[in-house]
Amino acid sequence: MAAPRTLFDKIWDSHVVERLPDGTAILYIDRHLIHEVTSPQAFEGLRAAGRRVRRPEATLAVADHNVPTSDRRSGIAEAESRIQVETLERNVADFGVPYVPLLDPRQGIVHIIGPELGASLPGMTIVCGDSHTSTHGALGALAFGIGTSEVEHVLATQTLLQKPAKNMLVRIDGRPGPGVTAKDMILAVIGRIGTAGGTGHVIEYAGAAVRALDMAGRMTMCNMSIEAGARAGLVAPDETTFAWIEGRPFAPKGEDFARARSYWQTLPSDPGAAYDREVVLDAAALAPMVSWGTSPEAVVPITGSVPDPALEPDPARRAQMERMLAYMALTPGQKLAGTPVDVVFIGSCTNGRIEDLRAAAAVLDGRRIAPGVRGLVVPGSGLVKRAAEAEGLDEIFRAAGFEWREAGCSMCLGMNEDKLRPGQRCAATSNRNFEGRQGPGGRTHLLSPAMAAAAAVAGRLADVRELA
Amino acid sequence: MQPFTTLSAIAAPLPMANVDTDKIIPARFLKTIARTGLGKHLFAALRYDEAGAERGDFVLNREPWRHAGILIAHENFGCGSSREHAPWALLDFGIRCVIAPDFADIFFNNCFKNGILPIALPRAVCDALMEDARLGANARLTVDLARQVVVRPNGEEIGFAVDPFRKHLLLNGLDDIGQTLEHQAAIDAFEAARSGAVTVPPLPQP
Ligand code: SF4
Repeated sequence: MAAPRTLFDKIWDSHVVERLPDGTAILYIDRHLIHEVTSPQAFEGLRAAGRRVRRPEATLAVADHNVPTSDRRSGIAEAESRIQVETLERNVADFGVPYVPLLDPRQGIVHIIGPELGASLPGMTIVCGDSHTSTHGALGALAFGIGTSEVEHVLATQTLLQKPAKNMLVRIDGRPGPGVTAKDMILAVIGRIGTAGGTGHVIEYAGAAVRALDMAGRMTMCNMSIEAGARAGLVAPDETTFAWIEGRPFAPKGEDFARARSYWQTLPSDPGAAYDREVVLDAAALAPMVSWGTSPEAVVPITGSVPDPALEPDPARRAQMERMLAYMALTPGQKLAGTPVDVVFIGSCTNGRIEDLRAAAAVLDGRRIAPGVRGLVVPGSGLVKRAAEAEGLDEIFRAAGFEWREAGCSMCLGMNEDKLRPGQRCAATSNRNFEGRQGPGGRTHLLSPAMAAAAAVAGRLADVRELA
Repeated sequence: MQPFTTLSAIAAPLPMANVDTDKIIPARFLKTIARTGLGKHLFAALRYDEAGAERGDFVLNREPWRHAGILIAHENFGCGSSREHAPWALLDFGIRCVIAPDFADIFFNNCFKNGILPIALPRAVCDALMEDARLGANARLTVDLARQVVVRPNGEEIGFAVDPFRKHLLLNGLDDIGQTLEHQAAIDAFEAARSGAVTVPPLPQP
């Protein structure tokens, strides 16, 4: 009998076109997602070499990173952003690549709309010139970020040159308590294994707490796999996955769906499959998490305090901690709860789905944002925005004092006009708290949508479980 | 792509761990549609103050390291986003080799595709090279890819590992696409065997 294989092994094996003598594989790519920031130089390369896009019908393009999230019917005012979007539009037209235009209601962050439209499906290999492509792994697809040279490589050949990754299992047992979400679980995982903990690995998330998550929660977890250094994240497809996919516009229909589903059911890891590394967490032991530093591994429970660099034995780590604390303007031993915030950002490919907006709105319903705090809600896609409006969530956000914006990456990376000013402190549902990520000199605290809403109401970092 | 054979250059010490790609090139400089011209934004937040003036204490603003061709850093170099603007910015500045204890995966791959050689060496070795680098102009390092050695100013040779396929491409300045297209028949056959699979439906054309 064949050796038991992991979900990763199965997807990998079924996409190897050829194995080169040194162990590199030519890996076939089923779905290629494209956006305006990392693709212009790839199309330029194709043109220069006189190459075509091998399979436009496997490709989907959308502008998301630098688009304005205010009313954009009159176009993009900022010249460089406009040129990037116009370049994308010219490239997709010239090469016949399917494209979701900026004013289309389906426009949104590439990692939100891929699954939402049914373009990302279980068992696929999916790539995009963006590290958070790992998000799509929540469907049980092998999905990872690539650089622009690789974007060009996939456009020209529909393949990538890849070395197989190692398998890592992150098992989260038990049931999380109230206020503890998928975001808290993944922040806890990164806090445990570190930002290089997953390097060279693909992480499969398993265990009762993961199985109990809805698709939005699974996407939140897989999204941040890259923050743990992993190439990709995976969750085995199950009934939750199939029910979520059925009926999505680009997903298989009718009998095709039934056939696809029986194939998808063969994907989960075989009993006894071996992992190169295993990490186990107990969901019941977790509290809502918040980051204190400028690396996603610098997290503590909201009940905790800022760590003291003096207690860190490794000099390099101590120096990094000191630098982080200076940048974040925090002092060792300070309680995280109670730290005043200037801005609350709810959105991004980590937490910009309808379920995330519901979680934040549930906290904000009937409440007001604290005086002096700016709150932004940036839905992950136009469809998320419409769904939220149909449920009246926009009214709750507006009544609470939040800005209700158009879909895009926005203040997750501050490429458009949504930026922190130097020194501003932000409670953000996004995934990166690097120095200057949300704007030069801006200070980011990563947390869940419910915790972001609690911070908005309190005007300071707060434990959502204690909100009276 | 420019071949990488032997590089003899000034090395700049950057004793920092987890240097992320936002630090190498902040997102606000990604609005370009070209590959070149990013060198002036390399490490922007570290190199320039709020008013845009050079910070005199940052290594790449000081002589002789403003002419560095090699960068030496600590663990997990290049973590964060997949932006190839990071190696483009390094290259445009003149850096063709980064030496660190380890690298983030995507950045590591992106380097090779742009003619930059990332070399992973144990932390203690990196620290020794960091000391060499601090000596500046009198202490050039030499990286000989064919022989897979870094030569210290004192003549000591330190061996390093490199993937043979990557080495071949770098030495000859070859790009991946041309290599892969030599396997076109295999790709055609794979695709033909999968055509019509319900699990990978084609997307509607524009
Ligand atoms: S929302 Fe943020 S992390 Fe996600 S794709 Fe956009 S910029 Fe990247």
